[in-house]
Amino acid sequence: MSSSTETQVLRPDRKKSRLHFDLLGLGVALFMVFPVYWLVISALRPNREIRSYDQTLWPSSITFENFVRATEQPNFATAIQSSLIVAVTAVVGGMVIATLAALAIGRFRFFGRKALVLVMILVQMLPPTAMLIPIYAQLNAMGGIDEYWGLIVVYLVSTLPFATIMIRGFVVNIPVELEESAMVDGCTRFGAFRRVIFPLLAPGLAAASIFALVNAWNEYLFAYILINDNSKYTLNVWLMTFTTERGTDYGALMAASTMIALPVVVFFMIIQKKMAAGLTSGAVKG
Amino acid sequence: MSAADTKAAGPPVSVPPDPQPTGKEPSHDGAAPRVQKRKRKKGELLPYFLILPAIVAIAAVYLYPLGKTVIMSFQDMGRRELWSGEPAPWVGFEQFTNILGDPEFWWVTFRTVVFMAICVTLTMGIGLLIALLMRKLSTWVRLTLTFCLIAAWSMPLMVAASIFRFMADSDYGLLNTLIAKVVGEDWLGHNWYLDPIQGFAIITLLVVWGAIPFVVVTLYAALTQVPQELEEAAALDGASSYGIYKYVTWPVIKPVFIMITTLSVIWDFNVFGQIWLLRGNKPEPEYETLGLYSYSKAFESTSFSQGSAIALITVLLLSGVAVYYLRQLMKTGEVE
Repeated sequence: MSSSTETQVLRPDRKKSRLHFDLLGLGVALFMVFPVYWLVISALRPNREIRSYDQTLWPSSITFENFVRATEQPNFATAIQSSLIVAVTAVVGGMVIATLAALAIGRFRFFGRKALVLVMILVQMLPPTAMLIPIYAQLNAMGGIDEYWGLIVVYLVSTLPFATIMIRGFVVNIPVELEESAMVDGCTRFGAFRRVIFPLLAPGLAAASIFALVNAWNEYLFAYILINDNSKYTLNVWLMTFTTERGTDYGALMAASTMIALPVVVFFMIIQKKMAAGLTSGAVKG
Repeated sequence: MSAADTKAAGPPVSVPPDPQPTGKEPSHDGAAPRVQKRKRKKGELLPYFLILPAIVAIAAVYLYPLGKTVIMSFQDMGRRELWSGEPAPWVGFEQFTNILGDPEFWWVTFRTVVFMAICVTLTMGIGLLIALLMRKLSTWVRLTLTFCLIAAWSMPLMVAASIFRFMADSDYGLLNTLIAKVVGEDWLGHNWYLDPIQGFAIITLLVVWGAIPFVVVTLYAALTQVPQELEEAAALDGASSYGIYKYVTWPVIKPVFIMITTLSVIWDFNVFGQIWLLRGNKPEPEYETLGLYSYSKAFESTSFSQGSAIALITVLLLSGVAVYYLRQLMKTGEVE
């Protein structure tokens, strides 16, 4: 009884102080989202407003001329094609290998299992330049510079540790009895996997592949070093062609950036809950 | 995994620490384990087949290059050796003595550590405050804030860097326009990158802005694990809000906080892209951190061995942090 009166006394007080916090929260939200707003608004405003010493927070009119200029930039179509080829191939290959490894780690206890998980976590902490120099030298010796396959192999493996650990998390959540009962009912081990495990694993696989896809889509350092041929640039490297000696065409750059970011934002909204969990559960990706 | 497990599942791979490989079969195992062993034998190769592709791939793209980094840093590999395929001459520790004797290397290391410390402190401090703030918000504000955080989080690095480059542009940047409105016209056309400290302020802003969403979302998830009753009980017993935070909230979120801090240390130590992109692919020497220093030695001065040696030193510097992180992970049982 005394506690209920307490809360009644407390409640108006709490509501009053909540207003301050709400205002503060909205301020933080504004600060975080502002660069995104600036990206979209700059992509949509007329070029004369962008090339102005007096930037305004609201555009005077909306236009798509920046998008037109961005799509007319040389190699736009081939850059989309390159990005798609590299990212999709790397993700498909990576998912197959990661699923196999995740099944082994999640389902079997074997010698070296823990060591494998530790290695997978550790390799993700290696600085990119430590990998870049020897991989460049090796691909150069094998004729893999300026070829998609060099980039595909790099992306495939760089998504592998994260994907394996993430999928393992889903594998251990599927009761082993389901698999066993399927095998008792006459399925082979592979049949049990295909008919029972795989359908249950599918959401996890989808999340992991979206994550891998976003990573491959966003990567630019290896793409910049390993691909020198303009017609094989990925989208991120192609973005750099908006900056020339005469300056940067910010309007077109913002429009192109919006187009590149859009699919990522959509995918991100789909998987963000799972990703936050995956990132903290020992799978590292910076 | 207990020692017994390791032994039972051991045979398919040669186990080094076994003292007498020849006499092991009959003498070591009693009757009962042998039965279990025979039962296991049927499926015990399967996991190794399953992980084989992953091991090959990781060995090819991570472990082999890492080994090659070590080898190259004891050689002298330049442009000629790269293109002709001639074996590079061995030079022993020469690369390391050159690098460690170069005052520039120590400046770069100092800059990297200071930059990392500032970024991590700001990220974790602001991140924690926002996460704590999120508990006090009404639902619709919290959802709005979460949406904004996710939107910021999902910006590809390349795109985020382009936005910040535009906002801090000397001619058409919003930042200069806004400052000029307050301070005066002199700020129009101000170049932020002439002074490395100002330039690093912009870079820090980009790094911290990009890292905060992950920190807030993760810490907020940890905060939801704090039992509400405990906090209420502490409040009834007369604890101040700081006391509640210190003795009730903090102990619950501490493991997660330490984990993210460790990750941030590693990530911010390896910051490469933000600096590289904001400086238009050609960072000036004053903007070089260890990663960029290694990169420019390798690809600008085409001394791949010097670059490798610097990268190797970076790996060694970070390995302490990595081991600490792994120990934290093992403690929480994530690796099991």
